[in-house]
Amino acid sequence: MATDVLRVEDLRVWYHTPRGPVKAVDGVSFGLLSNERLGLVGESGSGKSTIALALMRLIRPPGRIEGGRVQLDGVNLLEIADEPMRRLRLAAIALVAQGAMNSLNPVVRVREQIIDGMRDHDEKLTKQAAAARVASLLDQVGLKPEVADRFPHELSGGMKQRVCIAIAIALRPKVILADEPTSALDVVVQRQVMETLKRVQEQLGASVVLVGHDMGLMAQFVHRLGVMYAGRLVEVSPVGEIFVEPLHPYTRLLIGSLPSLEEKGKFQGIPGLPPSVLERPSGCSFHPRCPHAMPRCSVEDPQLQQVRPNRWVACHLYDESESNGKVVVSP
Amino acid sequence: MSSLLEARGVSKIFGGGLFDKRVTVALDAFSFAIESTPPRVTAIVGESGSGKTTLARLLLGLITPTTGEVLYNGTNLRKLARDDRRSFLRDVQMIFQDPYEVYNPFYKVDHVLETPITEFKLASGQQARRALIHESLRAVGLRPDETLGRYPHQLSGGQRQRIMVARAVLLRPRLIIADEPVSMVDASLRATILDSLRQLNRDYGMSIVYITHDLTTAYQISDNIIVLYRGSVAEAGDVDLVVRQPKHPYTQLLIQSVPEPDPAHPWGAVEIRTDVGEVANGATQVELNVPVGLLPAGAGASATAKAHGGHLLSGCPFADRCPHVMAMCRDSVPPLYQLDPARAAACFLYRDSGPALAVEQLNEVMSAAGSSARST
Repeated sequence: MATDVLRVEDLRVWYHTPRGPVKAVDGVSFGLLSNERLGLVGESGSGKSTIALALMRLIRPPGRIEGGRVQLDGVNLLEIADEPMRRLRLAAIALVAQGAMNSLNPVVRVREQIIDGMRDHDEKLTKQAAAARVASLLDQVGLKPEVADRFPHELSGGMKQRVCIAIAIALRPKVILADEPTSALDVVVQRQVMETLKRVQEQLGASVVLVGHDMGLMAQFVHRLGVMYAGRLVEVSPVGEIFVEPLHPYTRLLIGSLPSLEEKGKFQGIPGLPPSVLERPSGCSFHPRCPHAMPRCSVEDPQLQQVRPNRWVACHLYDESESNGKVVVSP
Repeated sequence: MSSLLEARGVSKIFGGGLFDKRVTVALDAFSFAIESTPPRVTAIVGESGSGKTTLARLLLGLITPTTGEVLYNGTNLRKLARDDRRSFLRDVQMIFQDPYEVYNPFYKVDHVLETPITEFKLASGQQARRALIHESLRAVGLRPDETLGRYPHQLSGGQRQRIMVARAVLLRPRLIIADEPVSMVDASLRATILDSLRQLNRDYGMSIVYITHDLTTAYQISDNIIVLYRGSVAEAGDVDLVVRQPKHPYTQLLIQSVPEPDPAHPWGAVEIRTDVGEVANGATQVELNVPVGLLPAGAGASATAKAHGGHLLSGCPFADRCPHVMAMCRDSVPPLYQLDPARAAACFLYRDSGPALAVEQLNEVMSAAGSSARST
């Protein structure tokens, strides 16, 4: 069995608001295999972006990591001090944030922005070595070396996003987190950027967690998909199986709500409304919208359990296949 | 008979001045007529910088064209008499992209529904007003008791957007222009909003112009489609023809790039040319030989425009990225070639495959598209 590069256990992140805590991430566990591309998909407010920030330990007040473990290379990221964590960011775990392209400094040339991160981790870097690194990084993300001399406003959105990928891979991290890396880009450019990310990930032998809402993009990019709903993972399955036979009713409805170019008139919305983050429904959060809801669904919170090889689901419909009462492992 | 709303040879240029001749052509010699009978759903699809939002704002009269004119019942929007202007404001309704920005947070959502009733005297008496509001909310699948009396922040983005659709229903417009109405709404609620637009077309006979970057939703709800690329029509016609058998190289690239929610259908293996042609802003920049202020407002009357058959561009805007580019593509703007009764594509690859159309003749293609969609 392949080993996990990254292991997240019972991660809980709350935002403390005057109206009470918002449990944005409420007990999420998963593992990331080496060379794996894992997707976390969910609607707004499902907690997917919070997970990405928590893994980088970039949660700001009023948000707080309430508990859990994030195991990377034998180190629990949630336990170490700030300085060692700062050294691990970019070097071991890097984030391409949502709208990262707009976080580039508008008055600094691309070259300096790429070198900046490297220098921060390796002060001995010579000028020539840095220039060579920049050129090879730009080449890796499919940009010409001239781009190094440009300012961000001289680049298109897709080019800027590729510069951000170059910065993220500058120190060859083991784990790349990508939070909606293409949400502001057109489909043609989106495909170029995602193909670049895929190629770079394979070359580096890194693993990727792709966070997003676009099921189409997930289908094209990831190996395994985790579906988030109201701060929990409700299903984790290999992407080839989840689209053919989704197990959780929410996954099934979500896939049914996707318009396709293949068939006309076959998409339908999910009835009801996404849950309020402050007042989560009792029991299973999805039960008010679920067509298969049973009496126990409004009382008992279903746990994520493996119901078939590699297929995990948190739903009472699959309780009979539960072999042992207590689930100790996670996907 | 004149069309309900018609863009005739419309171009829109941003930037430029007396001395600065570098301008951005947001829309180049665009002609398209929207009829109210039969009511159709027309999708206008393009990426950012393609001119789709500029087109929406031109059609609404929010901005004036640099050349060409927009006509409402045959009269230029800028020359409408007072009464005609009022009926225009009622006949043509807009649904904007951001359902968070259109509300005043200090008013209950009832306000956006009551204002048009007062403004256009749609009902007299409290009872009639309520009845009208309830009916329009139900038409878009909202329960009045769960919606009215609340403040915008108490409703989800999907609910707010549906209230905007309800507001449009209230006025019984003949045309709704919806600019990216679902791009800020969660996937699970998109289908519901698109469905209510489709219902307005079917049940109330409203024409709809659906402006989007999302080819899949456009395919799902429209009869006709216009694919814009950097201010020009790349391909247009019956949505099934254009999406199922795209002819223009850009449309083909666009369709192959859509991430299908099906791992068994991976992205097409077409080689995308990167870097070249990718500019900071998606729109096309050109250098004019006259200052913008001296461009005559009449359709295609400028010297630059005359030289290129009504166009401000000097070649095919897709030439830089096109895998099939030929020398002629850079020298002149390809006209629309009619490839089927209900489809035309602006590409020299098809110069022997069908008659070249004048820009105004796109309307005939679009009419053919609507009728064939109806008969199937």
